[in-house]
Amino acid sequence: MAKEKKYKVKRKKMTGGDFAFHIGAYFIFGLILIICAYPFYYLMICTISDNRMVDLGQIRLLPSGIHFDNYVKVMKVQNLTNSFRISVLRTVIGTGLSLIVTSYMAYFFTKEEMWARKFWYRLVVVTMYFSAGMIPAYLNNRMLGLNNTFWIYIVPSLISVYNMILVKTSIESMPPDLEESAYLDGAGFFTRFVRIVLPLQKPILATVGLFSAVGHWNDFFTTQLYVTNPRLYTLQFQLYELLNQIRAASEQITTEDPYAKLTPTGIRLTLTAVVVIPIMLVYPFIQKYYVKGVMIGAVKG
Amino acid sequence: MKNRNHVGSRKAIKYRLFLYVLPCIAIVFIFSYLPLWGWSFAFFRYKPGKSVWDCAFVGWSNFKDLFGNAVLRRNLLRVLRNTFGIHFLGYVFSPLPMLFAVLLCEVRSKKFQKIVQTVTTLPNFISWVIMFSLSVTIFGANGLVNTALQEIGAGTINILNTDKHVWLTQVLLQQWKSLGWSAIIYFAAIAGLDQELYEAAMVDGAGRWSRIWYITIPQLIPTYFVLLIMSIGNFLNTGVDQYLAFGNAMNMDHIEVLDLYVYNLGIGSGQISYSVAAGMMKSLVAIVLFAGANFVSKKVRGTSVF
Repeated sequence: MAKEKKYKVKRKKMTGGDFAFHIGAYFIFGLILIICAYPFYYLMICTISDNRMVDLGQIRLLPSGIHFDNYVKVMKVQNLTNSFRISVLRTVIGTGLSLIVTSYMAYFFTKEEMWARKFWYRLVVVTMYFSAGMIPAYLNNRMLGLNNTFWIYIVPSLISVYNMILVKTSIESMPPDLEESAYLDGAGFFTRFVRIVLPLQKPILATVGLFSAVGHWNDFFTTQLYVTNPRLYTLQFQLYELLNQIRAASEQITTEDPYAKLTPTGIRLTLTAVVVIPIMLVYPFIQKYYVKGVMIGAVKG
Repeated sequence: MKNRNHVGSRKAIKYRLFLYVLPCIAIVFIFSYLPLWGWSFAFFRYKPGKSVWDCAFVGWSNFKDLFGNAVLRRNLLRVLRNTFGIHFLGYVFSPLPMLFAVLLCEVRSKKFQKIVQTVTTLPNFISWVIMFSLSVTIFGANGLVNTALQEIGAGTINILNTDKHVWLTQVLLQQWKSLGWSAIIYFAAIAGLDQELYEAAMVDGAGRWSRIWYITIPQLIPTYFVLLIMSIGNFLNTGVDQYLAFGNAMNMDHIEVLDLYVYNLGIGSGQISYSVAAGMMKSLVAIVLFAGANFVSKKVRGTSVF
């Protein structure tokens, strides 16, 4: 006891070396903080500053000539509001369905009595590391009639094996008595799954839901590969297209009608902000959950 | 155990459980195994718009062409060089998340730790399209860096539209995006370390650096190696998002990785058969690499991924 007290006293006192270390550490991490946060901050102040000043690079630390026209106008561009709707819809529906199917599958894979469970489980897990490839997937989805429909966003990504493993591992760490007692009370598999297991798995479901939602929201390649109908474009894809136009004309694009009165930079930055803001708003709340998810995921590869 | 009251129905439960999960297995089969029929395209000279059965069966000749035809071979070697190059350059930075976590855990203020963690994790959640848009905003011709450089009369630098330092640029972008996220696992590992070791070391007069060097780091090394091995096992699967977003006519020579090549070959230039053949070889090599990595990781930590 006496010894323990001694280190505690020692720990609280800052020695000269400690002090130097903290100065160094705060400097390094302060720098890292700025490097990570400043681009987002810069993006935000540019979208609300005078567009001409932004183009001339006069905005650095503080916004100037504050206005919200960019946001108002971007929202009025017909195809963009539609894309926003598509992005939100696929994120909500895709994440919701994926959570249901993934956790359902995870629950039944925890049941050791299942016929040839190991075999089926491996068959599923292998698909994380092995795929037929992009073109075969394209041909397959075409055969299934999914290409160029809204469902191409939802159905192929219904089951995420990685997320399934996370949920399964989490369910397995639950005390078995809980299910056992419900079983003795006559509850079947489905009742136990819905009433006992799911309510206790909220943290991991939040994590998996975040992964899935971010994946849906951020995806632009599915649109690029499978979708030609502009009514089905997602917001990310619109941004990608816009960037491609800029690239093609080496940043000299002329503004077209729907974007009139907006500078190309203004549109691009505002669209970028519109895509980033929802993520920035949601993820800090789920942060406390996903640490656990990452741990389980790393253990399982 | 669970079914001790229902010994007779145990067999029924066994199959009923399988039946419940069967729809899910069917979905996995449809979207992960069924596409394998598309591999047959690698053995035909496929012309878009035709049925594969109307095209000439050519056996292994598409595969031979990938290595034998001078242009295709040069492209294949180039994209393999890029895939390897970007990955190996990435490994140079691979200890960074561990060092980041170790140093941050030494800082006393928990609040500061929390802020740094939250802010550095954010970039992990944005897409590569956003990454590109932000990069243009910062490094583009009218971007922050160049306008600032011009102001002080230092000329301009071109980072995004050049064939120079492409690998380094891309790897640094990856680091910026993933550093905080990759560090999470080390934070968790450090939190689980036995505190008594530190107390004993302090009694023996060990300073901060010797505690880090002799206690923390050695205990994190297995985690580091397992992650490294798994990333080696997975390194052909780069995905296309980053390279599609950042690729342009100027840097294509150094940014085109295998996955992007398969995409460009198949969708861009309509060479479905070659593209499928290249993708097929990639998938087979990837599964061998993965099995190897899994084997090594089993030796290192005693359990396999499965």
